Amino acid sequence: MQGPLIDTLARRGVTRRTFLKYCATLASMMALPPTAGRAMAEAMAAARRPSVIWLPFQECTGCTESITRSHSPTIEGMIFDMISLDYQETLMAAAGHQAEEARQNAMKDNAGKYLLIVDGSIPLGHDGAYSCIGGRSNVDMLKEAAAGAAAVIAVGSCASFGGIPKANPNPTGAVSVSDLVKDKPIVNIPGCPPIPVVMTGVLAHYLTFGSLPELDDKGRPKSFYGNTIHDRCYRRPFYDQGKFAKTFDDEGARQGWCLFELGCKGPVTHNACATVKWNGGTSWPVESGHGCLGCSEPDFWDGGSFYKALSAPADPLKFAAAAAVVGAGAGVAVSVANRVKKNTAKATHETTTLADLEK
Amino acid sequence: MNDLQFLTWTRGPGLDIAVGIFLLGVLWRLIEIYTLGRKKDLAAPRHAAGASGLHTVFRRSLPPPGMLKRSPVSYVGGYIFHIWLAIIVFLGAPHILLIENLVGLSWPALPSQFIGLTAVVTMATMVVMLADRINKPVKRFLSTFEDWFTWTVTFLPVLTGWMATQHLLLPYTQMLALHILSAEILLVVLPFSKLFHGFTLFGSRWYNGRVNAHKGVPV
Repeated sequence: MQGPLIDTLARRGVTRRTFLKYCATLASMMALPPTAGRAMAEAMAAARRPSVIWLPFQECTGCTESITRSHSPTIEGMIFDMISLDYQETLMAAAGHQAEEARQNAMKDNAGKYLLIVDGSIPLGHDGAYSCIGGRSNVDMLKEAAAGAAAVIAVGSCASFGGIPKANPNPTGAVSVSDLVKDKPIVNIPGCPPIPVVMTGVLAHYLTFGSLPELDDKGRPKSFYGNTIHDRCYRRPFYDQGKFAKTFDDEGARQGWCLFELGCKGPVTHNACATVKWNGGTSWPVESGHGCLGCSEPDFWDGGSFYKALSAPADPLKFAAAAAVVGAGAGVAVSVANRVKKNTAKATHETTTLADLEK
Repeated sequence: MNDLQFLTWTRGPGLDIAVGIFLLGVLWRLIEIYTLGRKKDLAAPRHAAGASGLHTVFRRSLPPPGMLKRSPVSYVGGYIFHIWLAIIVFLGAPHILLIENLVGLSWPALPSQFIGLTAVVTMATMVVMLADRINKPVKRFLSTFEDWFTWTVTFLPVLTGWMATQHLLLPYTQMLALHILSAEILLVVLPFSKLFHGFTLFGSRWYNGRVNAHKGVPV
């Protein structure tokens, strides 16, 4: 498929009107001014398939599954078809040496211009031997590919923050993309998996403005990760009223009350699930009755139980009983010492007589 | 350490350490104080009947005649601050949940907006009381480092809790972690400072009432 995106979309039966509506929606989701929708449509329609290299490292392919199977057919999915995805192991037809050759060619032909997408963390243990492709370690491949990239997009929590592979005790020495790449602009799109529209939003922004969207202190696009799940949750009024589901099947759960007491991590999780939702706007975890796991936050796996409320202890108390015994022991010891002091004072007390005073 | 790791530490090991020191300190001091005893008073009691101890527990909660006019901030502020702080601690939903997890008891919560309002009133009252302590020469003269320090460790949990829920200054995760940390500092300081009056107040009033009655000044 060659030529501008709009032609390809037209061949797929996507009308110009549908495309314009999509761009306007995308622009509004990214909190861009109303005129940006049109600019985005014009720029994207004329875009000439930027070269994209997608490197999958220590990952589960969930991110790719999320994007390709979000709902079908999607404009997101089609835009993914329209970029020149020169290397993506899961989706590409080529395999083995052919695939590696495609990657090398894309890197050479588009040096300094291609976008590098990474999903999965990068293991550093044993010289990176825990995860290799074509006999080369992930860390080698990342450094080589990042050197010629215009920008790097870290897709998913593993690439963004290390994710589950980095969870305690991190046996492979997994790190995130931003731990290794320091000299290129990096966008983190965390989530396990991330929301497809966030991914296309970032791509659309790049195609339209030639730059990456505004990022927060963790390198995430502010437009999608600016609010917490809790702040935008439709169950928030129940939290404010103090109405909580106590179990997953009680009356509160049936009434759709807040899941805070069941361990929802919405208050500390920045993501757009509550507004964008999943599966074409069908639902999202909290709507389906389960609390947020906080999957788009760094080290979410080590943040205590998924089913313990944020205000509850993360672990059972270990020292309390011992401390109480030591405290009681100290109290008894001090009181015994006080008694001894008092008795000694009493024993050594000398009575003063009038005669003594007159001496 | 990132925000979530900080929060997890305050909810995990931090809480463990703080509760441990709190229990240790409270048991130590209570046992020490109540086993101290007093020398037996060999004089015949001047007044044995009545419940002066119990009466004193309540009577000392009321201002003596004329004192309310002379020091209104101490009395009115003291009442407002203590009651509203107790409302936040014992009737805020996340706090009840913590108590339930620690000791297994729970009760209905008040709406979070009301708790937010209570926090503002508590902080305003504390600031007025602090200003009064600074302004009144006698109060200032009587104040030691401990007074300023305990005011601060009591004020910080209220301030950080309110700021966390209102999304002020820092991201919620950081502010929540700071809130929990400040409450843990309060737990650690409590048994070893004048804040221990929370445990000894009624005992000492009862004792004083009882002794006074013994000496012929019944209440």
